Amino acid sequence: MSDDLLVVEDLEKHFPVTRGIIFQKQVASVQAVDGVSFTVKPGETLGVVGESGCGKSTMARCIMRLLDPTGGKVIFDGRDITNLSRAQMRPIRREMMMIFQDPYASLNARKRVGFIVAEALEVHKLGTDAEVKRRVQELLEVVGLNPEHYNRFPHEFSGGQRQRIGVARALAVNPKLIVCDEPVSALDVSVQAQILNLLKDLQQDFGLTYVFIAHDLNVVRHISDRVMVMYLGKVAELAERDKLYAAPKHPYTGALLSAVPIPNPEMGRQRKPVVLEGDVPSPINPPSACRFHPRCPRFHEGHCDVEEPPLYSFSNGHVAACHYPLERWPLTAEEFRKAQSGPTGAKATAEAEA
Amino acid sequence: MALLEVNDLKTYFRTDDGIVKAVDGVSFQVEKGQTLGIVGESGCGKSVTCLTIMGLNAKRNTITSGNALFRGEDLLTMNSRRLREIRGDDVAMIFQDPMTSLNPVHTIGRQLTEAVLLHRDVTKSQARARAVELLKAVGIPRADRRIDDYPHQFSGGMRQRVMIAMALVNDPDLLIADEPTTALDVTTQAQILELMNRLQREFGSAIIIITHDLGVVAETADDVVVMYAARIAEQGTVDEIFKRPHHPYTWGLLGSLPRLDTDTERLVQIPGQPPSLLNPPRGCRFHPRCPYVMNVCKQEEPELKQVTGDHDHLQRCWLDEQTKDREAAKLLHASMAEATS
Amino acid sequence: MFRYLIRRVLWAVVLFVAVTIVSFVIFFIVPVEPARLIAGPQAPPDAVERAKKAYHLDEPVWQQYGRFMKTMIVDGSLGKSLATRQKVNDVVKRAAPVTISLVIGGAILWMLVAVPIGILSALRPRSLLDRAAMVFVLVGISAHPVWIGLILSYFVGYKLNLTPLGGYCDLINPSTDCGGPIDWFHSMILPWVTFMLLFAALYVRMIRANVLETMNEDYVRTARAKGAPESQVMRSHVLRNALLPVVTMLGMDIGLALGGAIFTESVFGLPGLGKVAVEALNGFDLPIVMGITVFATLAIIIFNLAVDLLYAVIDPRIRLS
Repeated sequence: MSDDLLVVEDLEKHFPVTRGIIFQKQVASVQAVDGVSFTVKPGETLGVVGESGCGKSTMARCIMRLLDPTGGKVIFDGRDITNLSRAQMRPIRREMMMIFQDPYASLNARKRVGFIVAEALEVHKLGTDAEVKRRVQELLEVVGLNPEHYNRFPHEFSGGQRQRIGVARALAVNPKLIVCDEPVSALDVSVQAQILNLLKDLQQDFGLTYVFIAHDLNVVRHISDRVMVMYLGKVAELAERDKLYAAPKHPYTGALLSAVPIPNPEMGRQRKPVVLEGDVPSPINPPSACRFHPRCPRFHEGHCDVEEPPLYSFSNGHVAACHYPLERWPLTAEEFRKAQSGPTGAKATAEAEA
Repeated sequence: MALLEVNDLKTYFRTDDGIVKAVDGVSFQVEKGQTLGIVGESGCGKSVTCLTIMGLNAKRNTITSGNALFRGEDLLTMNSRRLREIRGDDVAMIFQDPMTSLNPVHTIGRQLTEAVLLHRDVTKSQARARAVELLKAVGIPRADRRIDDYPHQFSGGMRQRVMIAMALVNDPDLLIADEPTTALDVTTQAQILELMNRLQREFGSAIIIITHDLGVVAETADDVVVMYAARIAEQGTVDEIFKRPHHPYTWGLLGSLPRLDTDTERLVQIPGQPPSLLNPPRGCRFHPRCPYVMNVCKQEEPELKQVTGDHDHLQRCWLDEQTKDREAAKLLHASMAEATS
Repeated sequence: MFRYLIRRVLWAVVLFVAVTIVSFVIFFIVPVEPARLIAGPQAPPDAVERAKKAYHLDEPVWQQYGRFMKTMIVDGSLGKSLATRQKVNDVVKRAAPVTISLVIGGAILWMLVAVPIGILSALRPRSLLDRAAMVFVLVGISAHPVWIGLILSYFVGYKLNLTPLGGYCDLINPSTDCGGPIDWFHSMILPWVTFMLLFAALYVRMIRANVLETMNEDYVRTARAKGAPESQVMRSHVLRNALLPVVTMLGMDIGLALGGAIFTESVFGLPGLGKVAVEALNGFDLPIVMGITVFATLAIIIFNLAVDLLYAVIDPRIRLS
C-alpha cells in the first residue's frame, strides 16, 4: 500500500558460520531474521517484543541498513532501500533515525553534548553554525534538558538524561521514522516513565512514527498501537495492541503474557503462568517447521514439527503463525493444568538443549 | 523471635569524595518461611543492605553499625569463623548476574560440592550425590552428566538454576536473592520465580528478595520494604503496600509503571533523579522530587511511623492520613477500574 | 583442537617467512658491500669480484633469499659466516645454550620473586609491603640492565668477591678455566639476578593488578557467600583466574628473550646469542645475523604455540570451544 511509511517484506538476515583452516567455508548460518514481513503507517507506533535472541535488534539494524539484509525488501516512504549504495542512502538516513539501548555506550564520551546532537545536522549540511547552535538548544529544551548544558560532556549526565540526549540527537534532522532499540531497558522505573512520556509527547508534537523494540511487554503495550511478537527470527503474531493483549492467538504470546508479573498482589496470587520449559533454542539450527514446537503446550506431533504454519489471519489485521491457535484467553483452569503438566515435546527440548 | 532481625543498620563507605551513606538506619524482620521483598531504584541501598548482612562488603573503607540478629546472634559482630559457618549453611545468597557469579575455570560440580564440603562432614562422593540431587531439584536435565560441565556451557537461565541449587544445597533457613531474575527473559523469570516458590514450600526457607520490579514483589513477597536514598520510605505487608500505599514515592513507583492490568495514556513520572548519597537533601530525602512537598518536609525528616490502625505498616512522610488515603485510593481506583472493565 | 593446531602451525610458517624476508631485505638496503668484507680491505677489485661470485652476492635479492631458504630446508644449513668462515649452525649451537641458561634461569627466578610479591601486595594494598614493592617495581623498570649489571658485579663480584665478575662456564663440558654444574651456577648468579630485576618488576605489577581485579569478581563473592575461608577463596577462585594471563605473558617474554638478552650478556661477557648478534651486525655478517634471526623466530613461535596449548589445558572456556 502506498500510504505505509515502512514496508518490510520477507526480510531475512543470515550470518554465516564458517569453519576451515585457511579457506573458510560456510558450514551453517545463524538465521537471526528469517522471513519477517510487516508494515508501519505514518504516525503509528509498532511495538516489537521478543526474548533475547529472537532477532528483533538485528531486524532493526537491517531496516536502518546498518546491516545488509541477506534477503527480502525494505521499502521506506515508497522507495526500495534494500540495495541502495552508501551514497544513495545518505539522503534517506536523515529521514530515519535510531535510539539505542545503552545511554552510556552510545554517546561518544569525548564529544560535547552540543556536538553529539548537532552531528547529524552537520553531516547533512543543514544550516549555518549559528543556526545549528540555535537548533541544538531548541532540541535540548524539547527533550527536557537545560539548553545551557550545550557544552557539557555525556558523563556529566545521569542515565535518563543521556537517553534524552539520544532522543534529541535522533530528532535533530526531523526524521519521519525513529527506530527505538530497547530505549528504556537500562533505566530505573521512574526514569523509564519520564522517557516513555517524552517519546509519546514528541510523537504527538512532531507526528513521528516509531518502531519500538523492547523485551518488556508492559512497556510495549503502553507505547504501541500495534504489536509484533517475534520468536527465533520469525513473526509469531502481529495485531492491534488491544487485540493482542486481550485475545492472543499464538501460544507463545500467551505464555509471554502469562509470565509477566502483575504489581497487584491479589491478582498476582490468582495468576497462573504457563511456564515454558527450557530455553529459546539456538538460531543456528532452529527447530523444524514451527520453531516454537518443542516448547509449545499445544504441540501436535506430525503437524507442527512437519509443516511450518503460515501467518493465519484472524480478524482485521490480526495474524498469528500457529496451526492450533488459542481459542480463549485467559485459559481456563483445566487448560492451565494441561499446559502445566507439559507436553512430551517440552521435556524433549529441555533434554535436547542440555 | 524472628529468624532475622535487622536493627538500625548503617553502612557507610569512605571514598575520596567523602562518606557515602549507602545504608542509613534500616530495620526490618524476617520470619521463618516468609518472604520479604526489598524494592527501590538503583543506588537506594537495597543490595548493600544484604551484602552487609552477609558480611560481603570489602572490609576496607566500610563503616558498619547497628545489628543483624540471626536467631539472636549478631552477624555483624560475630567472629569470622562463626560467620563462615553460617554463610552458605544457614544463610545463603543468590546474585543478580548468573553469567559472572560462577567461577569459569571450575566445573559446576566442583563449585557445588565445595559448598557441601565446607559445611558437612561427608565424603566427596556423598557431596557429589547431594549436588546432583539439587541440580535435579532445580530442573537441570541430565544432572548427573551436566554436573561435570563448565559454567559457559549453560544458558543464562540454567546458570541461575545452578546458582539456586548451590544456595540451597545445605538447606539454608534464610535465602537472600539479589535481583535473581533481572538478567533473565520473562519466560525464564517465570521459571525461576516458580522454582523459588516451590523450593520455599518444600524446604520452608525464609527469603529476602531484592528487586526493582514491583510485579515480582507483588507476586512473591509477604512483606515489603520500600527503600529510597538509603532509608526505608515505607514498609508493610504486601497487600497494604499495594492497596494502601502511604508514601508519595511508593505512589510514584506504582504510577510510573506501565502495566498489563491498567490502561493509562500517561504515566505518572517522578521528576528529577535520585539524590547523591554523598550529600543527601536536608529534611525528607524525597522532598525535591515530591509533588506534595510542604515546608516542613524541607526542614525536618519525618520519622518512620506506624499507620493508624495498622501497626505493621510503617511510613516516613509528613502528609496527613486523609490526604494519603485519598491519593492512594485514586491510584488504586485507576487500576481497579481497568481491571474490572 | 587438531584443526586449530594445524591452523596455528600454518600461520607460524607464514610468520617465519615474513620475518626472514624482512631481515634479508633490510640487510640489502644497508649501503655496505659484504664482498669487500670477505676479501679484506686491501684486496684488489678482482678479488672482490671473485668473492661476490663465490658467495653469490651478485645475484638479485630474491635469488639469494631463495638460495638461503633452499639450503636451510634441504641441507638444514644456515650457511657460513662471511667473516670467520665458520658454519653458522655451529655458531648458533655454541651460543644458544648460554642464552637459554640465562633466560630460563632468569625466568624461574623472576617468577619466584614476582608471584609472591605480586599476590601479597594485592592482598594488602597500600600497606608497607605494597609500597616497598612499588619502589622495587619503579627501580626495576627504570634502571638500565647494564647499570644494574655493573653495580652488581662491582659490589658482589669485586668488593665481596662472592661471584665471578663475568664470563661463562659450561654446564656440561669443562673448559680450561671452569665448567660443570657448580661453576655454571656460580657464574650465572649475577646475570640471572640482573635479568630478573627488569622482568620481576613488570610481573609484580601485572600480577598485583590481576589479583586485585579478580578479587572483585562476582564469583569470588559467591565463594565467600558459600562460607569458604579466605585461604580457600584465594587458592581456588582468585589465583587460578588471576594467573591465567601471566602464562601468556611468560611464554611470549621467554620466546622474545631467547632472541638475545643483549645487555645482560654484554655486561657479563657471556658468549650468548645477543653478544654474537651484536658482533655480527657490526661486521655486516649476514649469514650469522640470519641464523640468529631464524633461531629467535623459531623460539618465539614455539613458545607462543606452547602457551596457546597450555592455555587450552588450563582454561576450559578455550578448551571446549
